[in-house]
Amino acid sequence: MTAARTSDAWVEAIGLIGPGLDDWPHAAAVLRGERDYVPARCALPMPPALPPAERRRAGAAVRVALAVATEAVTAANRSAAMLPTVFAASGGDSDNCHSICEVLASSERFISPTRFHNSVHNAPAGYWSIAARAMTASTSLAAYDASFAAGLLEAVMQVRATDAPCLLIAYDTAYPEPLFVKRPIPDAFAVALVLAPDRTERALAHLTVNFSNDAADRCEIDALESLRASNPAARALPVLAALARDRSSSVVVEYLGPPQLRVQVELPS
Amino acid sequence: MLRFLSYTAVTGLGRGVAAHTEALANRRSALLPCRFETARLDTMVAEVEGLDATPLRADLAAYECRNNRLAQLALEQDGFGDAVRAARLRHGAARIGVFLGTSTSGILETEIAYRHRDARGALPAALDYRRTHNSFSVVEFVRSYFGLAGPAVAVCTACSSGAKVFGNARRMIEAGLIDAAVVGGVDSLCLTTLYGFHSLEVLSATACRPFDPERDGISIGEGAAFVLLAPGDQGVALLGIGESSDAHHMSAPHPQGLGAQMAMQSALRDGAVAPAAIDYINLHGTATLANDAAEALAVSAVFGRPVPCSSTKGATGHLLGAAGALEAVISALALERGLLPGSAGTQTVDTQLAAAYRLQPEQAALKRVLSNSFGFGGSNCALVLGVA
Repeated sequence: MTAARTSDAWVEAIGLIGPGLDDWPHAAAVLRGERDYVPARCALPMPPALPPAERRRAGAAVRVALAVATEAVTAANRSAAMLPTVFAASGGDSDNCHSICEVLASSERFISPTRFHNSVHNAPAGYWSIAARAMTASTSLAAYDASFAAGLLEAVMQVRATDAPCLLIAYDTAYPEPLFVKRPIPDAFAVALVLAPDRTERALAHLTVNFSNDAADRCEIDALESLRASNPAARALPVLAALARDRSSSVVVEYLGPPQLRVQVELPS
Repeated sequence: MLRFLSYTAVTGLGRGVAAHTEALANRRSALLPCRFETARLDTMVAEVEGLDATPLRADLAAYECRNNRLAQLALEQDGFGDAVRAARLRHGAARIGVFLGTSTSGILETEIAYRHRDARGALPAALDYRRTHNSFSVVEFVRSYFGLAGPAVAVCTACSSGAKVFGNARRMIEAGLIDAAVVGGVDSLCLTTLYGFHSLEVLSATACRPFDPERDGISIGEGAAFVLLAPGDQGVALLGIGESSDAHHMSAPHPQGLGAQMAMQSALRDGAVAPAAIDYINLHGTATLANDAAEALAVSAVFGRPVPCSSTKGATGHLLGAAGALEAVISALALERGLLPGSAGTQTVDTQLAAAYRLQPEQAALKRVLSNSFGFGGSNCALVLGVA
């Protein structure tokens, strides 16, 4: 075996959408305490880059995933077609799942073909690859409430294994009744990070990930802590707060509890 | 070099590697007319027998569902469980990861629960979404079954999931975060996939016939396949992994199999294996008109010569999220037992598909095998395995 690699990467850009959070600059201002957090339903923007047929079929998960991916890739000024991707989410399109389960419980049992192909967990990855014309490697992960940390860990692994940049997209969307009782995710949240192996002029921060047995960090602002706890993708908020504040720090992100994921955030000097 | 320290599978063909070797050597198929649950469809399925008689270990009863029963059944075949327990003793629970592919996990529980909603529409209290339906359920179950405490994740890229997990495991082993990994795939019959593929009009009424001119769609199977992957000197080696995306369509392959070509080329490059060195290709071979045609074009573009190949889905049915893991196990047994699998169900080879497609199983000393797995969303993965 060769010597173990370091588990680190450079953050080049961030994309974000959430309840009352329009994009990363908005969220960063809230996380720095410069703007008040005003909760509101998460916007579900139509993905402009998709062909019309695919755009019509895009559910909430596809919309938020593509919105943050586009924001991050644009901010990094990188070619979307060249970036491998890691998608991470606890669940798929829950509205779609609800409709399929209702139909299967009825006497007709006719599932629409579009509903069926949208039911796969990697639907956002499929739509993104079409929109971005990205024929690169892509994976779609699920780890329940640990999904963001699992995605970040895998994206860092990808960066180190390939010595190339990687786009991480973590998202989860609202559950409709009656599934909501079983999985109470009230609203959508999505975050994307462009990660790179080397420091470029775009580098915002350096991340090093390690396993930890410490408790996961929480958000200082109560309303943001509620958001963090309510959506698996929003478990990213403590890391995002460190990135927004422009100061080096060490954050523990909820992972499998144990282990949790310690993320060392260092700002470029 | 990462090796298969232990491997096993349970499908409609039987329990364990010996049962699969025997079935493949005799060109046996597990496909039978579908009598699964309340499904009323004119199709064949490969169902695993006896799951009703194999409840989950008492301490893990909260995870009760068909999918986790299937996982548990496979974990104790071929000494796989003992190999994992030995690895845990040697390396420690925190140094072993779990990476499993699934497409539908235990969704059957929710499908059934939707028939039992109360007057206000609420689902039965007994439905445990997290421990059954959620994609991570089977990973949490396997991790808890062995008391492992390392990293763990479900890979859900539809029908390439069970192959892509080898990449996740390898990256983490090479990063030094773990010493060994339980990788595999588990998918069980459910109504979503049966009625879903029916709606796409790609479910065959007969046992599927990969690469046959009369092929008219897939047959669904269920099963679990596991590999204990770790650095080693002996056994089947994981030589190369290639991943790509079609960027073409959500449920139809790129017509020339461009993404498939990229995955195969990348796996060969990754393993530093020349195309000429591949002795056998275990095709994705789902038996739809479009999938087999695209894969045949892709294979011919990459290899430029007729490489012996076959799809084993006529024997096992299509295991969807577990197919890649099962076919890695089939490739491993092909390498170790000198068996080049044929193609149960296929009557004649479609002459339009330029391929050295094998109908009958053969005894053959194989050194290098490539296995293809392609999924919805245009997700592609190829594995190159080898011995000596």
